[in-house]
Amino acid sequence: MADISTDFLGIKSPNPFWLASAPPTDKLINVVRAFEAGWGGVVWKTLGSQVKNVSSRYSSVNYGGKRMMGFNNIELISDRPLEINLKEILEVVKMFPDRAMIVSLMADNDRKSWHELIMKCEDAGAMGFELNFGCPHGMTERGMGAAVGQDPAIAKMVVEWVMEKATIPVITKLTPNVHSVVPTARGAVEGGTNALSLINTIQSVTGIDLDTLVPNPYVAGKSVFGGYCGPAVKPIALKMLTTVSQDPVASRVPISGIGGVSTWKDAAEFMLLGATSVQVCTAAMTHGFRIVEDLCEGLSNWMDEKGYEKTTDFIGKSVEKITHWEDLDINYHHIAKIDQDKCVHCGLCYIACEDTSHQSINIEKGNPHNNYTVKEEECVGCNLCKLVCPVEDCITMEEHRVAPEYINWKDWQAQGLPLNDH
Amino acid sequence: MSIKNNHLTAPEYELNFSDIHPPFETQDAALIEANRCLFCYDPPCMKSCPTSINVPKFIKQIATDNLKGSAHTIFSSNIMGAGCSKVCPVEKLCEGACVYNFMHETPIHIAKLQRYATEKAMDNKWQLFERKPSTGKRVAIVGAGPAGLSCAHTLSREGVDVTIYEKESKGGGLMTYGIAAYKVTPEFCEDEVNYITSIGGIDIKYNQELGKNITVEELQRNYDAVYMAFGVGLARQLEIPGEHLDGVIDAINFIYELRTNDYSSIAVGDKVAVIGMGMTAIDAATQAKRLGAKDVTLLYRRTQEEMPCTEHELNIAKLDGCNIIWLASPKEVLGVGGKVTQLVCNTMKLGEPDASGRRSPVATGETITLDVDMIIKAAGQMPFETLVNSNKIENSKGKIDVKDKSLTNLEGIFAGGDCVNGGREVVDAVQAGKDGAKSIMDFLSIN
Repeated sequence: MADISTDFLGIKSPNPFWLASAPPTDKLINVVRAFEAGWGGVVWKTLGSQVKNVSSRYSSVNYGGKRMMGFNNIELISDRPLEINLKEILEVVKMFPDRAMIVSLMADNDRKSWHELIMKCEDAGAMGFELNFGCPHGMTERGMGAAVGQDPAIAKMVVEWVMEKATIPVITKLTPNVHSVVPTARGAVEGGTNALSLINTIQSVTGIDLDTLVPNPYVAGKSVFGGYCGPAVKPIALKMLTTVSQDPVASRVPISGIGGVSTWKDAAEFMLLGATSVQVCTAAMTHGFRIVEDLCEGLSNWMDEKGYEKTTDFIGKSVEKITHWEDLDINYHHIAKIDQDKCVHCGLCYIACEDTSHQSINIEKGNPHNNYTVKEEECVGCNLCKLVCPVEDCITMEEHRVAPEYINWKDWQAQGLPLNDH
Repeated sequence: MSIKNNHLTAPEYELNFSDIHPPFETQDAALIEANRCLFCYDPPCMKSCPTSINVPKFIKQIATDNLKGSAHTIFSSNIMGAGCSKVCPVEKLCEGACVYNFMHETPIHIAKLQRYATEKAMDNKWQLFERKPSTGKRVAIVGAGPAGLSCAHTLSREGVDVTIYEKESKGGGLMTYGIAAYKVTPEFCEDEVNYITSIGGIDIKYNQELGKNITVEELQRNYDAVYMAFGVGLARQLEIPGEHLDGVIDAINFIYELRTNDYSSIAVGDKVAVIGMGMTAIDAATQAKRLGAKDVTLLYRRTQEEMPCTEHELNIAKLDGCNIIWLASPKEVLGVGGKVTQLVCNTMKLGEPDASGRRSPVATGETITLDVDMIIKAAGQMPFETLVNSNKIENSKGKIDVKDKSLTNLEGIFAGGDCVNGGREVVDAVQAGKDGAKSIMDFLSIN
């Protein structure tokens, strides 16, 4: 059995699965249920000056009959009194001393407010703080949340204020609502943060009610931009995580990965790109806390199969596999092959290739079922047919190198090699 | 009569004749199924539909909440798309061709989805087609069955004024009078006819029979073109001794009675033999059973390999508890006091393939005898040979000869559906009606 326990800045948890700072970590009753279900840790919903929330708060994007493929919220930070939150945090820590308890913080944007908030929260028994520099709605209008995370200099300054007072590890949570997360990540590291977490939610409009013409979520005839998350944002989160993992300054500190983690496979991917722990929210809000069971079992089984004894055996292993386009091997070539025994004759590969790619699939008309084969000489190896095929492993990509040696675009140009003639 | 009704209770009749293919209960249920559809290219389901309904398109439209568009897609190809969703043998048409079969997965429930979209359209009385301004052309159609109605609707859309002459008092043809009641109700058939004719420009004159109330000459004189879609009617006779005995009836009459009268008034025997293994034989057998017959036995002179009905239909009969005897051909009906008591059958074996390519049955010399009090003949229907001959319409044993799908030998007279093909599915007749309308429009130089 692989060991999936996690050590994040000395904060121990029995598994790398933490609940992200969000409604599921708003109060004792939820967090106790989460820990009873087996979650490794939580980031308690952001504390700061008490706010008031609106109704409604969430909306989502459904796709192909699947609900909540993307999820959106306009909730602010905790709307409960700070004292109650702190009392409950202390209580939960006593009940579950083996779990990671991180408290998310967002103070008014001045040094004194941050110092006061940290001092109030230091004694709650939490093992670390997460600075919310990412909330994209509401709080930004007050100069907080993403308004901090979007300006590297301000982010660095706030981190410095925090580090003046904090005695427990500090994680800085980054906003994706920037052209690159790296400058703020560097600012935070230079300001002294002990770790980074990313991504927070992405500003979005999830949809419009076509009867009322009011976008979602609906609040008395109006809506606002919300923060988008869930399975839809995972690829964006992975990209941003990679840029941090590859940056020499930002990658000096450990990272907690966030953004659409729903399954153990998602988690493994975040960890392969440099995350030491992962944070989950939408998947839990869709199905409840019980999903942690398969997150743990799936990750453990995969690690056993791969021969990894502990998570650090594979964390970051894929970071170096994402390179610059210019360094890709131009002599690599693969060609689609359709397994005629597996083919169900749906024609999806054909029409996708014919209409939108390289006309590389032959159609042999039949009644009612057509046969499809690949025109090898036309296939550029784009993968589209394989991606649209509804049958696993019916279409495979077979390696047909153009030449044995590695050559990249720069060398290709330097050697004056020919471009395509059509 | 030696047989009488079996007096089931009203709830028993209701249960026995309730919808055999219930619809989706909710939109969610329909959406789950619609989202399973892969949206195949050059779709096998569409190619397997005689009317070429663009199945993936209408299913996609259900999935995108475009129900009007979905119904329009269906009705554009098949104006009886609602009825066909209930009576089509989909397991040998669209659903049989679904690519999920290759994955050993349940094929998409195409008929059920088609019913979902078309029922919504009919319930809400969506008028999805706009009739073009009248061209002043007038066409007479004989028969308000699927072929006639399909032809009428296609013509009316193009601004042709259509008059349909129907010998019965209701439209729908065999849909109304010849199909098992658990597939379509008389009310549904009436609604469907009304929905089709609601486009306007279609006048149905009921109780008007060709050769009796109207003549071909009159129609030729009064209309710019005539479309013959009067179907088939007469039950094929067995040509065996004792066929005239009380208790021997034909399936079409039996189903007609059932569809036009209260179930409790329909006479049915205790021990019923049904001769034939087509769809009508299955419908007659299952309904005899559901009316309260104790024993129902289907007899077929060939084997399951050659049977005309689908396996799905055969299973309905089996699940209803009907017995099946293969390789049995009626030889003689015996009776006492003019009433049927026994059916003697030759036991057959399969010989050489006949013209249809099926191995023909040959008598072995052995016989079996069944005690019966009712025999339902479902050995096929005969075309109206006398009618077509008397009107000098060229035909093959009563089936009207056509070229280019619907042209008869007489100028301005077109034909299609069962009166041409001898009796096929409703969906085939709908396509025939479309083909007929196209020929007529060419003839009338419309479009």
